[in-house]
Amino acid sequence: MKLTIERAALLKSLAHVQSVVERRNTIPILSNVLLEAGDGKLSLTATDMDLTIVDEVEAAVGEPGATTAPAHTFYDIVRKLPDGAQVEVTAGGEASQMTLKAGRSTFTLATLPKEDFPAGGDSELPQAFAVQAGELRNLVDRTRFAISTEETRYYLNGIYVHATESDGVAVLRAVATDGHRLARFEMPLPEGAAEMPGVIVPRKTVGELRKLIDERDEAIEIALSDTKVRFAFGPTVLTSKLIDGTFPDYERVIPSSNDKMLQVDCKAFAQAVDRVSTISTEKSRAVKMALNGTAMTLSATSPENGSAVEEIEVDYGGDAIEIGFNSRYLLDIAMQIEGDSAVFAMADAASPTIVQDVKDASALYVLMPMRV
Amino acid sequence: MTTLCRDCFIVSPQPTVEKRPNVRCRSCGSPRVASHLELESLTIAHIDCDAFYASVEKRDNPDLLDKPVIVGGGHRGVVSAACYVARMYGVGSAMPMFKALKACPDAVVIRPDMAKYSRVGREVRALMEAVTPLVEPISIDEAFLDLSGTAQLHGGCPARTLARLVKQIEDSIGVTASVGLSYSKFLAKIASDLDKPRGFAMIGREEAPAFLAEQPISIIWGVGKAFRQQLAKDGIRHVRDLLPYDENQLVARYGRMGSRLYFFARGIDSRKVEPHSAMKSVSAETTFNEDIKDLPKLEKQLWRLCEKVSKRLKAKDLAGGNIVLKLKTSDFKQLTRSRSLENPTQLSEVIYQESRRMLAKVADGRRFRLIGVGTSDLKEGEDADPPSLLVPELEQVAKVERAIDAVRLKLGDDAIKKGRSLK
Repeated sequence: MKLTIERAALLKSLAHVQSVVERRNTIPILSNVLLEAGDGKLSLTATDMDLTIVDEVEAAVGEPGATTAPAHTFYDIVRKLPDGAQVEVTAGGEASQMTLKAGRSTFTLATLPKEDFPAGGDSELPQAFAVQAGELRNLVDRTRFAISTEETRYYLNGIYVHATESDGVAVLRAVATDGHRLARFEMPLPEGAAEMPGVIVPRKTVGELRKLIDERDEAIEIALSDTKVRFAFGPTVLTSKLIDGTFPDYERVIPSSNDKMLQVDCKAFAQAVDRVSTISTEKSRAVKMALNGTAMTLSATSPENGSAVEEIEVDYGGDAIEIGFNSRYLLDIAMQIEGDSAVFAMADAASPTIVQDVKDASALYVLMPMRV
Repeated sequence: MTTLCRDCFIVSPQPTVEKRPNVRCRSCGSPRVASHLELESLTIAHIDCDAFYASVEKRDNPDLLDKPVIVGGGHRGVVSAACYVARMYGVGSAMPMFKALKACPDAVVIRPDMAKYSRVGREVRALMEAVTPLVEPISIDEAFLDLSGTAQLHGGCPARTLARLVKQIEDSIGVTASVGLSYSKFLAKIASDLDKPRGFAMIGREEAPAFLAEQPISIIWGVGKAFRQQLAKDGIRHVRDLLPYDENQLVARYGRMGSRLYFFARGIDSRKVEPHSAMKSVSAETTFNEDIKDLPKLEKQLWRLCEKVSKRLKAKDLAGGNIVLKLKTSDFKQLTRSRSLENPTQLSEVIYQESRRMLAKVADGRRFRLIGVGTSDLKEGEDADPPSLLVPELEQVAKVERAIDAVRLKLGDDAIKKGRSLK
């Protein structure tokens, strides 16, 4: 294999694929990126067995061929090369080595045969539809913060995406929860998605997906089956296993009869919560909201640090109530609300509370109060 | 050489090293003298009460004074403590009771009264804490003490203060204790064992390396049976066998323990005496009168233990972040299973459900002689069992348990029980 490629193009492709590769691998081949040169193109593939990214980049291929090289080292080298450098990549022959030449620098990397690289296995992905980059970005951002990191309930370690109806309108719905909060996002059902099965997209895949969305403003093609999903961004293709599990019946968690309605200026509220929570300890980040008429008193106390109180003006017509929330969860939600005001629908200090953007009903958040 | 009389507390220098260091105190004539070159400069002590449970029982019933006394549970239990008379017959701690009784059929067996021992243990600790704030309890009857900088206050070197302290423990509480004095925790602990009972032993900086070199490797804290065998396989049986290796080699071979082996072998132990060392785990276990293999019977025992653990957690305002299940088979093989919890808990119901799930997998028809349950990842009580969106039933479970606790507080532990404990 022999090819020459412009440093910036190679770096971009390597950046796409290298983050899939785990830093510590027990299986050596999984530390490597598969490089295949031919027909004026270099194709790069990285996998952790669950998630695979393939990227293609134009290159002047002198001699077609394929090999695998350590992904992180390769990436670090190319990252440190000067801007505008032409990188000459040579591999093959007797020694299992790959040589990189750029300017006066020469690097030799140990390679492993391409035959050892796990084959992707082209499985059938019968459901296919396209989603605009902007909408997919919203879907991810509005829900991903609520994904559980707890391994015991593995079926919560991703975003549950499914086709359903909301008030008689067909929608694509995404849900994530960690048992303390839940985030739900809806968008009009894309054409061709009506038959799709409900799937749980793993957290790592969501992270990689999110990075790639930012580089694109056209539609992203999605194809899936019961067990796999593929996102195609032009030449970059992300294929991932889905979480094999049943997402809990989240609808029973969303209360329907909460009647204590509170409206806040989202920005002022978030700033006040942030200030008051400075005092609460790392472990329990409880902030208490005491509501009486149009005044809300936010407070936090910590046996080690002291206490904090702040009053803000709100729109509230219900009975006086005191309710506590994890300040970080409040801030996570406030960050996702782009409108000026947010509305809280509460029942009592121990029951789930709903939070929404007043002007945008596409996202809904459910928050479990804390004992304060 | 400096000499300390352990009865009249006189410290006297001995300019010439005699062949037989003072056999009697020059001032009061007592034979209980301790001599050491570094006597005045050693500050880290380990105090360990002698056959503590048995001593407390003898104190409370003088008729037992010259009889072999074993404190321990039933026929199937193990020896918790054996007095020095019983030890002469070969009875030792942790020995199964039937073996102990075979060795010493005349022994008076007393069921442990933990409440009493911990009360006496607290009295002992109070005396220790009157001497220095740096007291690190290891168990109910032993502790490390750091006496650095107390010479001025007590008008004498730490050795003298310690001699007075153990005398005071003897006189006012009525149990004896042994003192190990050195410059590090590791060596102090070893020293307290050298001269038991009623002992007073010192290991100085000068002699430590030579002393350690001759000791079996198991003297190093953290070297248990399995590790000892691994080391033996590598030809390391005595501490001196470690000396040819540098730290990196030992770390490469034995991981974190390698570093400890390297330093301890040279008598270097930089661990500080830490008072208030927080509780690290809460657990409860029981040895059955007869081996059990049926799951329902095991579950019944398990439930009782879960309630015990939960009660302790609640009393200390702690919460368990994981659940550890421990079983011992009829042929003494120990099995442990553990599981992290999503949220720390105080509830006996949660501890029970989690441990029962692990038990169901382990109980495959084997016979067991012991079951235990506990938690080793302790969190603060206020973080226990947070309300959950996905398991709203938990709040109900917690309410029921709080109601049961309230009834028990008023009317006693037997006033109300779950049906599963009656099966």
